[in-house]
Amino acid sequence: MSAPGSHKRRKFAGGLLVLLFALPFIPGVPVYWFTLLDNMGIAALVVIGLVMLTGVGGMTSFGQATFCGFGAFTTAVLTTRYGVSPWLTLFCSIVVTLAAAAVVGLITVRLSGHFLPLGTLCWGLAIYFLFGRLEFLGRHDGVAAIPPLNFLGLALTDSRSIFYVIWSFVVLAALGAANLLDSRIGRAIRALRGASVAAEAFGVDTARIKLVVFLYAAVLAGVSGWLYAHMQRAVNPTPFGVNQSIEYLFMAVVGGAGSVWAGLLGAGLVTLLKETLQRVLPFLAGAQASFEPIVFGVALVLTLQKARGGLWPWFDSLLPAPDAPPRPPDVPAPAARPQPRRGDALLIVDKARKQFQGLVAVNDVSFTVKAGEITALIGPNGAGKSTTFNLITGVLQATSGQITFRGERIEKARTPAIARLGIARTFQHVRIQGDMSVLDNVALGAHSRGSAGVLRAVLRLDRDEERQLMAQAARQIERVGLGNTMRQPAASLSLGQSRILEIARALCLDPVLLLLDEPAAGLRHMEKEKLAQLLSQLRDEGMSVLLVEHDMRFVMGLADQITVLDFGVKIAEGAPMDIQRNPAVIEAYLGGEA
Amino acid sequence: MDTTILLFLLQDGLTNGAIYALLGLALVLVFAVTRVIFVPQGEFVAYGALTLATFDAGRAPGTAWLGLAFGLAATASELSSERRRVGLRRLLQSLASTTAVPLLAAAAAFIVAPMRPPSWISVLLTLAIIVPMGPNLYRIAFRPLADGSVLTLFIASIGVHFAMTGLGLVFFGAEGVRARPLSDLVFSVGPIPVTGQTLFVYAATILAMTALALFFGRALLGKALIATAMNRLGARLVGVRTEMSGRLAFALAALIGALSGVLIAPMTTIYYDTGFLIGLKGFIAAIIGALASYPVTALAALAVGIIESLASFFASNFKEAIVFTLIIPVLLWLSLAHGPADAEEGH
Repeated sequence: MSAPGSHKRRKFAGGLLVLLFALPFIPGVPVYWFTLLDNMGIAALVVIGLVMLTGVGGMTSFGQATFCGFGAFTTAVLTTRYGVSPWLTLFCSIVVTLAAAAVVGLITVRLSGHFLPLGTLCWGLAIYFLFGRLEFLGRHDGVAAIPPLNFLGLALTDSRSIFYVIWSFVVLAALGAANLLDSRIGRAIRALRGASVAAEAFGVDTARIKLVVFLYAAVLAGVSGWLYAHMQRAVNPTPFGVNQSIEYLFMAVVGGAGSVWAGLLGAGLVTLLKETLQRVLPFLAGAQASFEPIVFGVALVLTLQKARGGLWPWFDSLLPAPDAPPRPPDVPAPAARPQPRRGDALLIVDKARKQFQGLVAVNDVSFTVKAGEITALIGPNGAGKSTTFNLITGVLQATSGQITFRGERIEKARTPAIARLGIARTFQHVRIQGDMSVLDNVALGAHSRGSAGVLRAVLRLDRDEERQLMAQAARQIERVGLGNTMRQPAASLSLGQSRILEIARALCLDPVLLLLDEPAAGLRHMEKEKLAQLLSQLRDEGMSVLLVEHDMRFVMGLADQITVLDFGVKIAEGAPMDIQRNPAVIEAYLGGEA
Repeated sequence: MDTTILLFLLQDGLTNGAIYALLGLALVLVFAVTRVIFVPQGEFVAYGALTLATFDAGRAPGTAWLGLAFGLAATASELSSERRRVGLRRLLQSLASTTAVPLLAAAAAFIVAPMRPPSWISVLLTLAIIVPMGPNLYRIAFRPLADGSVLTLFIASIGVHFAMTGLGLVFFGAEGVRARPLSDLVFSVGPIPVTGQTLFVYAATILAMTALALFFGRALLGKALIATAMNRLGARLVGVRTEMSGRLAFALAALIGALSGVLIAPMTTIYYDTGFLIGLKGFIAAIIGALASYPVTALAALAVGIIESLASFFASNFKEAIVFTLIIPVLLWLSLAHGPADAEEGH
């Protein structure tokens, strides 16, 4: 999505940019154009944030205009009442918006499912009403006589002069957002929609990442509000209400909420539509401009019905096709974890117990995983395998018992912390982000091996680290034999390939222990054979594996040690040969009564 | 503040709360069946109130035309989605289900309105005009999106709200109106005057709640609606016509909305955009009921009404801000109780 595009595309974008910034010098361009472009730019800033938040991060906000309000009112009050210079208030506006967004965001990002958009709708309304009732914000009349921006002693009072300021912000915001998405944090943001459980398992603190996106979007809205205040030179609460928020969302939907450029397209088209309607409709209908919301509403519903992905995909197909990006250059990986010696006890599960009210899902189960071996946890349906797995990975907390990994107690640790210790896992129901490329999905596995944050990503100071992570991801993809699919969207893979992608992602963590949750489930015979080959190859390379499986035949030829569970209790343990002959196991699998 | 004022505020809150409860119930119903978070619910309230007030003024309401337009648009949308060639028979059949009632209602409205009919006839005509808009709206806007996510449907819902508010302004203008009360009865309970209108409100709320409880608890059709909500494909496989379920839910929602409008029209001044805020407060109640529980929703609605009424006395400036802020802790609690949306589906 945010891959660095081709040479031709970059030329095209550059040309467009030069044209845009040369526009004021072209004689005969009507002033009206600049008013239009200014409005587009102000909207585009908000929409870029909204694309990150909604389209990429999956959090729909019906309250973005509220943050414009914080930015606008901050500068309005400070400049008119305290005579602070407008350029100084830019920072004040950002700080106030950030503070407000932090308070609102801490609550909002914890809302799940459709409660989240509903929550944004509610605080959007509450704060809007508050704007209109507060004495020091001038109530419904707002604040007037805001000074214009000044540049080298020149007051930017008309739409042609403030045009540069607005569009400089837009270009910076768009580049910053594109940079952010194409980074370690960006992959975590993109994984929020559809693969957040997987992201957690690789050390991503998803609540924190959600808040980061929320604040990023809010700051862009705050800056937009600040610009708006100095462009209009007066503010009142109306443009910061829920209707305006919905309009921003509309722009994102029309463009196609998936990419920054789609957001720009949406902001441009909708602003153009709106201004055109405002000019044309009164002539057509001969009435007040009340047709605007009707056209808007109908257009929104039609867009959803006819082009749910927005107009960008169509637009995108008109541009020169992007070149296939090359394989990431091979640079050495970040420092590797010290691996244990073959045969050492790696993971010791000691009397682990999990009780769901009356049901004992795992009943004092004990077993040990040794380094450099494949250990299998098997048992029929409902035996407690997946629950045991979830106890080890921190998805569930044990009711009692101890789990020790390389001498460290982990039964109370949370998922990201366990990932950082070097336990990497796969999922029974594949959890990959289908829109992301195979390479990006796998690179998510290396999340905890990098450290670059938002600022470094936005300013592109993370390139050295990024090259290391991508090289690592590419190496692991080649290691598992998916090298020729690297740039495909992950959704295009078969189930067997997706399972192997998950193994590559797990390997990216540079794990000490690989946990596989029913890796063979749903695979065809050939795919199973390939998987078994890969796993024994990994063991030969020194990797330790714990796999939960219910396919007996798959496990028998592969595992060094097997633990058998039935109804939450360990019924057998030992080498495959012994397990095969064990009467208790035969009874559990074939059924005593059968 | 003395007891009289408190009682007065409580009564006021209870009456508004009863209306919010009605709307909350409709929202839960629509969400349960179609997964649509039905923001335009409030527009049906405004349409109902304004249509009734127009009848009171001796004129035929513009919504009669609008109802016809909805019918035609519904047929257009329905037929355009069909792959086979559409013959005359199919066209007439579709028109009969989308446009026949609005046509009759409109004709009746134009004949009867100048005669200044008694209130109950105006009310019936109002319902006949507004209710068919519900299923037609479903056909136009939501059926083509039936396989979309809750979010897609929500955004579409907001689009419909925009359009319907705009249409309200076109057909009713910007002035607020009040309708004649359905009854002139006034009596006192202690120091508090009680009007016949408030009694209507309470009766309608209790009736609607009982009817819904019976419908979903006992009737096969009600169970079919619930089945549709839980699993569209599964419901279809066992023979439930999911489209019919959606239309029915929207018809009920429009009925409840229009009825609420008729009930409050004599008690407060209604503008073309008043419905949104009224609907949102019903919404808050529905959310507290987690968009699932009818009794919780009804109780929450009463609480919202009372809190709002007290807030308007003590901090009238911040009435709305208070009501909408209240919802956020509830949402938080619901999220924690329901767990993350992207939870592990495992064994």
